[in-house]
Amino acid sequence: MTTFMSRNDLFLFLGFTVVVLAMPIWLAPFGAGYPDLLQRFMIFGIFAVGFNILFGLTGYLSFGHAAFFGVGSYAAVWSFKLLTLDAIPAMIFAVVISGLFALVIGFLCLRRSGIYFSILTLAFAQMSYNLAYSVLTPITNGETGLQLTLADSRVLDAAMGQTFSGQPVPTLLGQQLGGYAGFYFCAGFLILAFFIAQRIAGSPFGMMLKAIKSNQTRMQFTGFNTRPYALSAFVISGMYAGLAGALLAVTDPLAGAERMQWTASGEVVLMTILGGVGTLVGPVIGAWIIKYFENILSALNDNILARFWSFLPEGAADFMVTITSKFVGDGWHLTLGLAFVIVVIFLPGGIMEGVRRIAAAFRRSGSSSAKPSARTQPAE
Amino acid sequence: MEKSNVVLHVADVHKRFGGLHALADIDLQVEEGKTHAIIGPNGAGKSTLLNVIIGKLAPTSGQVVFDGTVLTGRKPYQINQLGIARVFQTPEIFADLSVLHNVMIPALAKRDGMFKLNMLRSLDSETGIRAEAEHMLEDVGMITRREMLAGSLSRGDKRRMELAMCLIQHPRLLLLDEPTAGMSRHDTNTTIELLKKIKSRGMTKVIIEHDMHVVFSLADKISVLAQGRIIADGSPDEVRGNPKVQEAYLGGAH
Ligand SMILES: Nc1ncnc2c1ncn2[C@@H]1O[C@H](COP(=O)(O)OP(=O)(O)O)[C@@H](O)[C@H]1O
Ligand SMILES: [Mg+2]
Repeated sequence: MTTFMSRNDLFLFLGFTVVVLAMPIWLAPFGAGYPDLLQRFMIFGIFAVGFNILFGLTGYLSFGHAAFFGVGSYAAVWSFKLLTLDAIPAMIFAVVISGLFALVIGFLCLRRSGIYFSILTLAFAQMSYNLAYSVLTPITNGETGLQLTLADSRVLDAAMGQTFSGQPVPTLLGQQLGGYAGFYFCAGFLILAFFIAQRIAGSPFGMMLKAIKSNQTRMQFTGFNTRPYALSAFVISGMYAGLAGALLAVTDPLAGAERMQWTASGEVVLMTILGGVGTLVGPVIGAWIIKYFENILSALNDNILARFWSFLPEGAADFMVTITSKFVGDGWHLTLGLAFVIVVIFLPGGIMEGVRRIAAAFRRSGSSSAKPSARTQPAE
Repeated sequence: MEKSNVVLHVADVHKRFGGLHALADIDLQVEEGKTHAIIGPNGAGKSTLLNVIIGKLAPTSGQVVFDGTVLTGRKPYQINQLGIARVFQTPEIFADLSVLHNVMIPALAKRDGMFKLNMLRSLDSETGIRAEAEHMLEDVGMITRREMLAGSLSRGDKRRMELAMCLIQHPRLLLLDEPTAGMSRHDTNTTIELLKKIKSRGMTKVIIEHDMHVVFSLADKISVLAQGRIIADGSPDEVRGNPKVQEAYLGGAH
């Protein structure tokens, strides 16, 4: 057990698991303890954890990961339509398909690095997005989006003699996956995704990824073929994205191409940077914070704002409503952009760096007698 | 009895950068187990020569042969896997990783080859590699700094660590590009002692060095490079006595 996982890793994993499973309780006072939002916390947490394996560990910034997310969604819905409404085959199918898709795109994009790599991923993702609306409409059902109907063949369900009445919904062993069941289903996958990411980061392979990020030239002169390492990281993160996309299809079995748009790719970049690039929990926290504020701010409208500012004299209230309305509702991306700029300028390591700084300040004030070890920076 | 046993042969290599003839008709033979020093003024083409050997640059013409294998056209990682390691003029290290990890990585390259997808194994279970790396760090006198971030080391320590990164691979051929530049006198002497120790283990070395004290205390053979050409080569005494060398290089320096 000691070589399987260090004590610190074990504590981190257990702590993470408890925090996730107890979310319906501790998020209730924040008005976020309801299943629909909790499911999104899990799904985008998985997306961000996987993205961090490529961006945070290996240093390759992809602007096209929403493509794998979208492919995962489509693959899952097709599994529901053709095979069975059970969620597990859909998950497996989605992860395999998005992994294959990532293998092809990664193989092509990784011929370049730096900004050229980023541009290539963006180009491929936008191509996928446009194809989903045009040539691929037989697979994606275009703008309407791919959805479940009673007429779907569902060969496995049919073979088992199962019949449905009403709108078909995804299930797990016959149980419907709505509400809290859906949340715990997604939570299980987030915990598993976190565990695997933790193992990868703590493995020799993970160290190689960090070394590639740090100095790719040195890696090559040290005897490593860096291409398959980067490609593995790309495929793994693509599979994470596909898993997240599939889970979104489980909780909401209507797959549309907007999930593949570049704004969705950009969002996972923001989540990762906001939380802390290269850290394990940072990206998850970034995803939670963004989804939380998106949920609150995008629901606000002028009426609510007018009530909020009503304590001011009339002219001032109108003025404040006009100003603040630009930052909420559809304008919430403005708030997100602003918050992002502030974080990158003042806290480039993201929220996790903030946490570290606060912890360090506490430690310093707690043990003022401790000798400052001259310029000895501990690693990581 | 001295029987020549050439392990590295740089054969008729030319390298042009546009109009600049950085290497002209270089023919260099390095014997197994020997330390071959390359000296010459700045801009003579010394680093370029090492770049051609390790596959960072392709020669304009000519080829490099290592122990019967043609290196020219191979990738840097393949050349390393054949047993050639290099210390760079400006240290190439993993600045964001700990000193210990910097040294473990090349050891894993040696053990596992150029790619291995061992991602479910814990790094903590690599006790053998870890012990090897710690032993290596003891050899170069850096064991107390093993948990430090490599990027926060002093210049001299970065060099020593890079040397450890090369030595842990037990390369058959070690290329050193000014390994003592930026080191204090004391650190330079420690490094010389270390390099002498490796020599007794039979490792072949090519060393570029400005410090004549280092060159004459280590080298079995010296080649003098000036403006991309080898203007003299031979034993340290022959080179020291060569008037062309005096004029081109040593005269100015000492
Ligand atoms: N990649 C390159 N592109 C163009 N010119 C180069 C390159 N590398 C080296 N040179 C030039 O080749 C000459 C030899 O450089 P170098 O081998 O670094 O000399 P040194 O003997 O000091 O190590 C210099 O004039 C240098 O500017
Ligand atoms: Mg040089």
